[in-house]
Amino acid sequence: MFDHGKLEKNSILMLVGILIVVSIGGLVEIAPLFYLESTIEKVKGMRPYTPLELAGRNIYIREGCYNCHSQMVRPFRDEVERYGHYSLAAESMYDHPFQWGSKRTGPDLARVGGKYSDEWHSTHLIDPRSLVPESVMPGYPFLAKTPLKYTDIAKHLETNRMVGVPYDDAMIEAAKADLEAQVNPDADGVEAMQERYPGAQARNFDGQPGKPTEMDALISYLQVLGTMVDFSSYKAEENYR
Amino acid sequence: MNFLAYLPLGLAGLLGLSLAAGAADTPMYAHGLLLFGFAVAGVFWVISRDGDMGGPAVVREGGINYNDAIIRAGVVASTFWGVVGFTVGLVIALQLAFPVLNFDLPWTNFGRLRPLHTSAVIFAFGGNVLMMTSFHVVQRTCQARLAGGWAPWFVFWGHQLFLLMAATGYVTGVTQSKEYAEPEWYVDLWLTVVWVVYLLVFLGTLWRRKEPHIYVANWFYLAFIVTIAMLHIVNNLAVPVDLTSSKSYSLFSGVQDALTQWWYGHNAVGFFLTAGFLGIMYYYVPKQAERPVYSYRLSIVHFWSLIFLYIWAGPHHLHYTALPDWAQTLGMTFSIMLWMPSWGGMINGLMTLSGAWDKLRTDPILRLLAISVAFYGMSTFEGPLMSIKAVNGLSHYTDWTIGHVHSGALGWVGMVSFGAIYFLAPRMWARERLYSLRLVSVHFWLATVGIVLYAAAMWVSGIMQGLMWRAYDALGFLEYSFAETVEAMHPFYVIRALGGVLYVLGGLVMAWNVYKTARGDLRDERPYETSSAAPAAAPAE
Repeated sequence: MFDHGKLEKNSILMLVGILIVVSIGGLVEIAPLFYLESTIEKVKGMRPYTPLELAGRNIYIREGCYNCHSQMVRPFRDEVERYGHYSLAAESMYDHPFQWGSKRTGPDLARVGGKYSDEWHSTHLIDPRSLVPESVMPGYPFLAKTPLKYTDIAKHLETNRMVGVPYDDAMIEAAKADLEAQVNPDADGVEAMQERYPGAQARNFDGQPGKPTEMDALISYLQVLGTMVDFSSYKAEENYR
Repeated sequence: MNFLAYLPLGLAGLLGLSLAAGAADTPMYAHGLLLFGFAVAGVFWVISRDGDMGGPAVVREGGINYNDAIIRAGVVASTFWGVVGFTVGLVIALQLAFPVLNFDLPWTNFGRLRPLHTSAVIFAFGGNVLMMTSFHVVQRTCQARLAGGWAPWFVFWGHQLFLLMAATGYVTGVTQSKEYAEPEWYVDLWLTVVWVVYLLVFLGTLWRRKEPHIYVANWFYLAFIVTIAMLHIVNNLAVPVDLTSSKSYSLFSGVQDALTQWWYGHNAVGFFLTAGFLGIMYYYVPKQAERPVYSYRLSIVHFWSLIFLYIWAGPHHLHYTALPDWAQTLGMTFSIMLWMPSWGGMINGLMTLSGAWDKLRTDPILRLLAISVAFYGMSTFEGPLMSIKAVNGLSHYTDWTIGHVHSGALGWVGMVSFGAIYFLAPRMWARERLYSLRLVSVHFWLATVGIVLYAAAMWVSGIMQGLMWRAYDALGFLEYSFAETVEAMHPFYVIRALGGVLYVLGGLVMAWNVYKTARGDLRDERPYETSSAAPAAAPAE
């Protein structure tokens, strides 16, 4: 018969016992997600974020948007009708860290891309209640007034590559130019940028002339959310897990 | 011995200066200076202590030279951070009811203040309570002074520096966006250092014990310390953009990152807010009730089954998401099983009051401890219920979750902490008794009514919102727009904030009581009649 007294009299035995017991659950549940091929669905269209979208995503994180907005549509009739196709794991495979969220004080944003105009977004971010009187969202007027800091954007792409996002050398080299091109649809670099990032939209997102602002970056991120995967070629029945 | 303090402080100072000098952004610059300031202040502090590493308030001949000074510091820090954390919570509750209170500024918006609230209550209030009580319990149950010379003080002050860096980071926009793990990579590394020293101090004190057996409360503290270390390190694995930059990118992405985060997140609840606080229950409930723990065998079963099952429960935060179904089902199954050890612990705590139930009338401290265990039982029943996928489909993303968390946090964690603080204050300052027991009772009622308002409001608003989201009209269209559901929640947000006001008031009453006790004042009040005071003993008119 096992004698628990041994553990009670030896702190190191106790410590080792605890470590073994608390390791099992995580090993069984998390580790397989890294090697089971079925974990992430096979889809067409996923690409890394453009430098501008990545900068916008960092502003989304900085302001804590995830505290009130999820990015994860569940496979329920009402959610699919309200927000669009349920979210796939593949859609956040380049998200370091993920932004699924845990609370919907505001609506889900997984598929907000393309649903509203840039102007709607900038007006709404500056003064949410001017468009949605019932809203309890804070206003972010400072975003439109703050120039975007992006001198080190290439380093951000490089760091993402280190953790597994497939940015190639050309993308890293052109990071700054690509960022500037995306807010200026008349620039020469737009086509090259779109070649590197298929489907990326180049617009003056904040509608203001001049240098890119934080508003430009954030709206470019919001507008790409949930738009990458080509659902016409997605086969749900092949991806049941 | 003092050079053992100066050397690490000198290194920390140099590190701080070099971080500030090479900083790529303002937060890193400020935090480098903060670390430098911490080291300089630390050196002066150690000099001013003149070798005094802390002792009991009154030194007794032949008594053990317990380090009670650090417990007194813990009482002050816990009370302070408690009031701060509750107040920030009240502020963000009011912001949800009246959004104009966001002031449209970067530093005051809900998105930045909500992590400030969660970290202030979990890691600042809860963390200080855990360090304070673990340092007290391990010394008393081992009959030995805290090990490590200055090391416990490094743990105490190092933890405060961590909190300061985390808090100032949040309001200036430094965050990893992982819930309850928001601090950035360099703040995480600092906490890791503090935590390892904490573990060594705790183990070192266990090794000095006079008793062959390690007391059950210490098992829970040990499990809390080592498991939090494991969770903290794995969940915060990240690559910084640059060693001089405050920004990093998580090593994991998407679905793997999500499950790692909720493996961490749920077990921050399981090991920080549960296992650690069960350590408090296992020492202070028997002490205050003057009764032994109900069942030793149940303690053993409770301990191992709780720590084994808890770690599996993370996936219930990701029901119906893009996490593979097998992981969701596994998480749900273990979450339901978790009900059993949780209630085993509750029964062990409550039944310890056997034969002492009458004390609940006359001892408001014991009343706080008892109601905390009752709330523990309530929220550990609600938790498994909400982890059932069909229920979770309704509750997830709504205020029901917020209500659930707060019945656990305000009811269990808060109340058991208040009990421990009231237990410690008179003893650590060697006072005859607390300044006022009547004020403890006032605190008890303010907090209890506050929780009732809070939880009831969140149940109604959460379930209502969940039902409104999925409501269809007769023609088969979604009945409500999202904005309509937001509007419907307004009255409940006001009620919730009212509950918060009461809870903050309770915290202030406690702070006043602790302050007066530390000063040595005694309030002139009608004492609670104990059952031993038979009518015959009443003086004649």
